[in-house]
Amino acid sequence: MNDVWQSDWGMMTPEWIVLAVAIVLVVIDLALPSGRSRRPLAWGAAAAAALAMIATAAMIPAEPASILHDTFRLDAFAKAFKLIVLAGAAFALLLTADWKPKEDSPHRGEFAYMMLFALLGAMMTASSGDLLTLFVSIELLSVSSYILAGLRKTAPESNEAALKYVINGGIATAIMLFGMSYLFGLTGTTNLGGIARRLQETNEPYMLALAFLLLLIGVSFKLATVPFHMWAPDVYEGAPVPATAFFAVVSKTAGFVLLLRLLVTIFAAAPSEGRDPSSLLLSMQPVITVLAGLTMIIGSVVALRQRSLKRLLAYSGIAHAGYLLAGFAAMSWTMIDSLWLYLVVYTFMNIGAFAIVAHIVNETGSDDLDGLTGLYRHRPLLASALGLFLLSLAGIPGTAGFIAKLYIFIGLVVTEPGHYVLAVVMAITTVISYVYYFHLIVQLFFRPAFTAPLGRLPAGLSTAVILCALGTLAIGWAPGLAYDVLAQFGHFGDFLP
Amino acid sequence: MMFLSLLVFSPLLGIVLLMFVRKTDERMIQWLGTAATVPSLILALFAFIQSGRGFRLEQLDEARDWVRLADLPFLTDAAYVIRYELGIDGLSLVFIVLTAVLSTLAALASVLVKTEKKGYFLWLLALEIGMLGVFSAANFVWFFLFLEVTLVAMFLLVGKWGGFERERAAYSYLLYNGLGSALLLVVIAVLVARAGTANFALLHEMLHNPVAQGQWIAPLSEEGRRWLLGGLLLAFAIKLPAFPFHRWLIRVHVEAPPPVVMLHAGVLLKIAAYAMIRFGVGLFPGEFRSFAGVLALFGVINVLYGALLALRQRELKRVLAYSSVSHMGVVLIGLGALNEAGIQGAVLQSIAHGLISALSFLLVGVLAGRTGTTDLNRLGGLTKAMPLFSGYLLTAALALLGLPGMAGFVGEFTSFLGLFQTKPVLAAVGALGLILAAAYSLKAVLDITFGRDRRGAVMNPRSTAEAIEVHQAAVDLRGKEAVPAFILVALIVAVGVYPQLLAAPLTAVVETMMNGLGG
Repeated sequence: MNDVWQSDWGMMTPEWIVLAVAIVLVVIDLALPSGRSRRPLAWGAAAAAALAMIATAAMIPAEPASILHDTFRLDAFAKAFKLIVLAGAAFALLLTADWKPKEDSPHRGEFAYMMLFALLGAMMTASSGDLLTLFVSIELLSVSSYILAGLRKTAPESNEAALKYVINGGIATAIMLFGMSYLFGLTGTTNLGGIARRLQETNEPYMLALAFLLLLIGVSFKLATVPFHMWAPDVYEGAPVPATAFFAVVSKTAGFVLLLRLLVTIFAAAPSEGRDPSSLLLSMQPVITVLAGLTMIIGSVVALRQRSLKRLLAYSGIAHAGYLLAGFAAMSWTMIDSLWLYLVVYTFMNIGAFAIVAHIVNETGSDDLDGLTGLYRHRPLLASALGLFLLSLAGIPGTAGFIAKLYIFIGLVVTEPGHYVLAVVMAITTVISYVYYFHLIVQLFFRPAFTAPLGRLPAGLSTAVILCALGTLAIGWAPGLAYDVLAQFGHFGDFLP
Repeated sequence: MMFLSLLVFSPLLGIVLLMFVRKTDERMIQWLGTAATVPSLILALFAFIQSGRGFRLEQLDEARDWVRLADLPFLTDAAYVIRYELGIDGLSLVFIVLTAVLSTLAALASVLVKTEKKGYFLWLLALEIGMLGVFSAANFVWFFLFLEVTLVAMFLLVGKWGGFERERAAYSYLLYNGLGSALLLVVIAVLVARAGTANFALLHEMLHNPVAQGQWIAPLSEEGRRWLLGGLLLAFAIKLPAFPFHRWLIRVHVEAPPPVVMLHAGVLLKIAAYAMIRFGVGLFPGEFRSFAGVLALFGVINVLYGALLALRQRELKRVLAYSSVSHMGVVLIGLGALNEAGIQGAVLQSIAHGLISALSFLLVGVLAGRTGTTDLNRLGGLTKAMPLFSGYLLTAALALLGLPGMAGFVGEFTSFLGLFQTKPVLAAVGALGLILAAAYSLKAVLDITFGRDRRGAVMNPRSTAEAIEVHQAAVDLRGKEAVPAFILVALIVAVGVYPQLLAAPLTAVVETMMNGLGG
């Protein structure tokens, strides 16, 4: 027990900041009279996330370390992905500040601190070195997310979203836990590094493969990849826009963090069946490849038929999860690098798009595509910003989306033998995605105005839009900026315990 | 030295200045938009003249660090660094001059565009940057970057300022060309991943000199190279466009605003020809041999198919669109011949068709503006009302059919000369297309200029008002339209009479490539 007290708790500074502010916000929300605006709470929460980001960035040069019997790791991987979830959450909180629900629900204060709790879960996931902390933190994220989805308490679609999210998420959790129990049973330890070491000595390829598949299924729910993607469009559509933005960006990042932490750490060294045992992870590569291909195809094809902006972004998110999964399937030396870069870029372009969608939903009360029609006539700058995010989502050069996609492509073909089929599938689905992204651009710029002019963009939303647009352009034109940051993490050489 | 950057990005100045011009001030927009294309033109002509006097173009090379993709201990220092690199040789210079000339002329001809001129010029200038960049890029990533700029700019130009079915044409363009680009991106990714560089010269070195390849990359097998070249050729066959992929071209030619078609037919189609020569013959000479026959075959199909369909059209824009398909086939024939004459011919044909199609579409734009129709059934006998216009139209037709003394003849003659040396039977079949070209171009143009005078009595006029309108609107070429037309005719004749003008800068490049081919 003694060493618990002597641990270097300073390593958890960002988590402390987020937790402390969340608790303070709970108290303030309780104490404030019911009529008072809860807007400042969201600003406070965004500031907390920004502060935690600075604290994380300050720790980048530190050597990798772990506390609490190796359950909390602070390696390059943890820092790098924490930065993404913090940035994503800070942006989502900015969106929260200006959220104007139709029902004018009085309970907006919850939004700010529930998001912080969810963020805490995502941060802890990135740092987990143990099955238990990993599970508890991903559940903290999930449970908080269920609440976020249902925060429009009087709106039936929001309730439906929350219910669907709980049920699907619950099943995923159960399956994942089942998989984890196999691992514990085989090795007798919950420590990720410990499991990895013991697995090298065991010879239970079938049990291991089963555990792997169960875990993959559980993680697939969180990532919203095919075939476990069905919940995403409904939840995205029903949930309040800021919550949707949070799920689209932070939860997705957390899902990939889980995927890398869990599957790569444990299975990279585990032997597979056969006389010439290669790693189990490599022998499962075909499964992941097929899932990545299907995710890209279904995501982009079904997106063609959507009329709701939120559903469209949900399917586009599924397609992007497919690209990310393709980067994972490649298992090249650029794997973690390319996933990190893609998630950073994805945060910028997606939050930017969601911020503008949030404004449209606030103003018009609907998220139909028609809300965009002729936006350029009234609000040329806003329309141009959305055009930029759409081009980036489509992966057009000159935007960050292209750089991120190119890196995934290179990862796919750099290995021997290369994943050419997956690369071609990715290329073709990208072209399919042009249809719906450019359809939105046509709506924005070509058509005469359909709706009444939108009002001015509130401060929170415009901050988010401006920062995201700058990020998208900067990485697009000077990708060296992002790669320089990436180089600070030493290509995640300390990832495996 | 910033010469090439200036050349490529100088239209950007126009874009920035245009932002400050009021939307309604159309004269100012037209003037500024045209002026913005002039610096590139001057720089391009300057470089062309200087290189004719023996200036070595390599001195213009530019390179700046852009991004380091990876920094791993087992990589050598130069690996996975993608620089911002521009560099030109005789081959690129010829196309750059073509681009600069046609951009200025298209900007002049943009008086034909009436709506939302500000946005139009912004994207027209962006298109010019993309086109100039494609020909100036010295590495694959930047080539692709500029290529995609043209894709987005064309989508918007066609989709917003085009004809009745503009959006369908724009999507058609986007999907076909996007597919081509996607394929190209896969090829680029493989090359960058396997060679660790995107620079053309370094790639050339690594593909030809296996010793230069580091140990940290998986070498490209013989079969791998063939796949890469196949992917490249397919990607650019879509963009050229070769036979089964030509549908989008017809739509774009018919729907896009005339000045944009001038650039599209004049320059954008030629990017594919340029790329096939630069990357196909340049990077994979050995493997190219095994594809040459297929290319020549598809070239012949293109020539005949395009010409036959052009003969059947009763709408001038469609006649010209199919004639573009036919003429781009000649480029494939030249490439398929795979000898010095053939490659020279392919380039000459690209330039010639660039000039001729620009002239034709300029005139079509004028015609459509005057009479409101390009339907051959409803036009005729325009010589009396529009003598100058008719003269130019007839000149365009003569150039199109490849009259000796005009640019088209040189390109076609040299290309076929090349193919007759290697595949005489195929060449003989393909040459039939030249006869058909005379048939369709003369048939269409003579109908319009000399055929029965249908002014005032338009066949099947939709209303009396329309008939009167057509009659009154038939005003001859105005100064603003006559100037670009005159310049184009002058260039067509200049190239036709003195092809050495273009052949001289090409000779060295083509010779290097022939050495690579080992023949």
